[in-house]
Amino acid sequence: MTVAVLSGKGGTGKTFVSVNLAAVAKDAVYLDCDVEEPNGRLFLKPEQVTSSPVTVPLPAFDGEKCTGCRKCVEFCRFNALVFVKNRPMVFPEVCHSCGGCALVCPVHAVTETPRLVGTVEEGLSGGVRVVTGILNPGEVSAVPVIKNVLQKVAQDSGLAIVDCPPGSGCSVMESVSRADYCLLVAEPTAFGLHNFKMVHRLVRLLHKPCGVVINKASGEYSPLEQFCAETNTPVLLRIPYSTELAARTAAGEVAVRRDAAIAGTFRGLLNEIRKEACDEKTADSER
Amino acid sequence: MRKLLILSGKGGTGKTTAAAAFIRFAEARAFADCDVDAPNLHLVEKNLGEPECFDYLGSHKAVVDPEKCVNCGSCQAVCRFDAIGADEKSHFLNEFACEGCGVCAAVCPQGAISLRDDVAGEVRLYLGERVFATAELKMGRGNSGKLVAEVKSALLKNAPAADLAIIDGSPGIGCPVIASMSGVDLVLIVAEPSVSGISDLERILKTAAVFRTKAVVCVNKWDTSPEKTEAIERFCAENEIAYAGRIPYDAEASNAINAGKSVADIDCAASRALREVFDRVTGQLTGSTQ
Amino acid sequence: MKIAIPIEENKEAVCVSFGRAPYFLIHDTDTKTSEIKVNPAAEAEGGAGLKAAQFVVDAGADALITVRCGQNAADVFMAAGVKIYKALSTYANENLKAMAEGKLDELTSFHAGFHGKS
Repeated sequence: MTVAVLSGKGGTGKTFVSVNLAAVAKDAVYLDCDVEEPNGRLFLKPEQVTSSPVTVPLPAFDGEKCTGCRKCVEFCRFNALVFVKNRPMVFPEVCHSCGGCALVCPVHAVTETPRLVGTVEEGLSGGVRVVTGILNPGEVSAVPVIKNVLQKVAQDSGLAIVDCPPGSGCSVMESVSRADYCLLVAEPTAFGLHNFKMVHRLVRLLHKPCGVVINKASGEYSPLEQFCAETNTPVLLRIPYSTELAARTAAGEVAVRRDAAIAGTFRGLLNEIRKEACDEKTADSER
Repeated sequence: MRKLLILSGKGGTGKTTAAAAFIRFAEARAFADCDVDAPNLHLVEKNLGEPECFDYLGSHKAVVDPEKCVNCGSCQAVCRFDAIGADEKSHFLNEFACEGCGVCAAVCPQGAISLRDDVAGEVRLYLGERVFATAELKMGRGNSGKLVAEVKSALLKNAPAADLAIIDGSPGIGCPVIASMSGVDLVLIVAEPSVSGISDLERILKTAAVFRTKAVVCVNKWDTSPEKTEAIERFCAENEIAYAGRIPYDAEASNAINAGKSVADIDCAASRALREVFDRVTGQLTGSTQ
Repeated sequence: MKIAIPIEENKEAVCVSFGRAPYFLIHDTDTKTSEIKVNPAAEAEGGAGLKAAQFVVDAGADALITVRCGQNAADVFMAAGVKIYKALSTYANENLKAMAEGKLDELTSFHAGFHGKS
């Protein structure tokens, strides 16, 4: 089962929840798809780390073969190609690696070479397999790195927890694509609610079953609870704000590995998720 | 016009809270929300009247005409973005994955694929004594960088006389962040004193350096970890990065935001600390225009 | 020699943006004539600086006078042998005069590309 943990707003506790869920399960895979700011590894501190490069194809032009017809330059919708002197120049950050220029060249003067945009690291932390996507600073698109991270895990290989990026843009869409269940981490504040609604819409649009964890709760923030009730979105857990927990997290601790009570809470959450996901599967097959 | 951009690397550190406070302190008449994936500034900047709204055209999206499609699959074979699916009748595009490259349209033997304008979001411009530009990206869209550029350009066009523009940025280090950095005079990075916060601070500073943008750092919620706060302060000193001060965790700040107010509207520990940070940041800004 | 200058809607003032200037003024110092051409990159989705640079190169320009220029466009000009000068004044014709008098400096600092997003 693949569980994607997302939030809309940043800083609500996606990594906190995903790291602890992975740690409390036996034999889970933790996939860090927040490749712009991957932080799960700071908590899980994986060992025996191997890394593999993430590349995207970049066109190269053979000056000998090029006839100067400029079909490639005209085709490129991103304006990544400029024809200067006697052949096209490509601008890597603007190129989307679509392969169009190679396709339209009538004399096969275009070849593609790999360009490095990031790395994927794999390691072990206790019983958890940790897969981390890291985007190189200065690169614009996280999607190729995220795709690479998700490919490291076969479809039915047990429990996989995907730590998603904040927001509801293309990176989030890509990260959620394989999820069987979406866990939304919400913060009971006005900013939190606004962004939560956006990501909630996204998850419903993709027809993914979802549940909510309300994190850093202090008293009741009724607009959030109301929204969940109105949309029939189950609140699986409420984690109260705790200065101690905040301090431990700030220090990079995996709470479930230090505190039996919190471990119990997360085990409970995992069971709830399994139940909810199972109910959905049964409901689906009955339809 | 001097432009101040507020970034963080890590999400949830307090960019928008700081931006809203600074807007009050500076009595700024030009400000923008460039966190187009998850905009929030409008929740505390009220009484601005009705905005003018403009469709934001992102890239194009390919569309298959099912009448012309013969289900040959040539399009799916060349699509590098996994954006094409098929059913018994025809192939079709996944609007979220499509990048509008046009390769499928080029190979379709039936000419069944065309590229259409895609409304990828909306720009909202509040005009008056104070000019506020904000936008929201439709879900699943990329091209957030271009939308950011449009928000900034709308602000600059409509408030040319303003002395200072305050821009609330987005988390991360990717395209919306990079786009927001262009042409700004100073970036304030709101850091969080935690292992994650420090790692993200380093990455956003690296990104700012790649684009040769001047940066200054402040630490928010500093008392959640005095130890990490000191680590950040040492890091700034060692790397000659300007440092603007620290702000304590303050429940009053959250209460203010939840009530739709800027933290600067109330008197509390956080607002007082933010005022000091603001004074140091504006000092940096004036310094940078020499 | 041909000189290109990005110009504003009013067709007189130099435009602050290179890639998205509405027009380019192309001045021929031999024939002492000027042409005003629409910039095809003004409405480009992305990579506007590159498309504008292609346009300027294709127009046969030997030099460009501009307020600012991105690194990508600058790379194109370097490859094409087009020299880039920093605009001194607000008006295009004043810049041409300054150029003829040898008063313009070359532009040596370029802003980082907006990565296809501006």
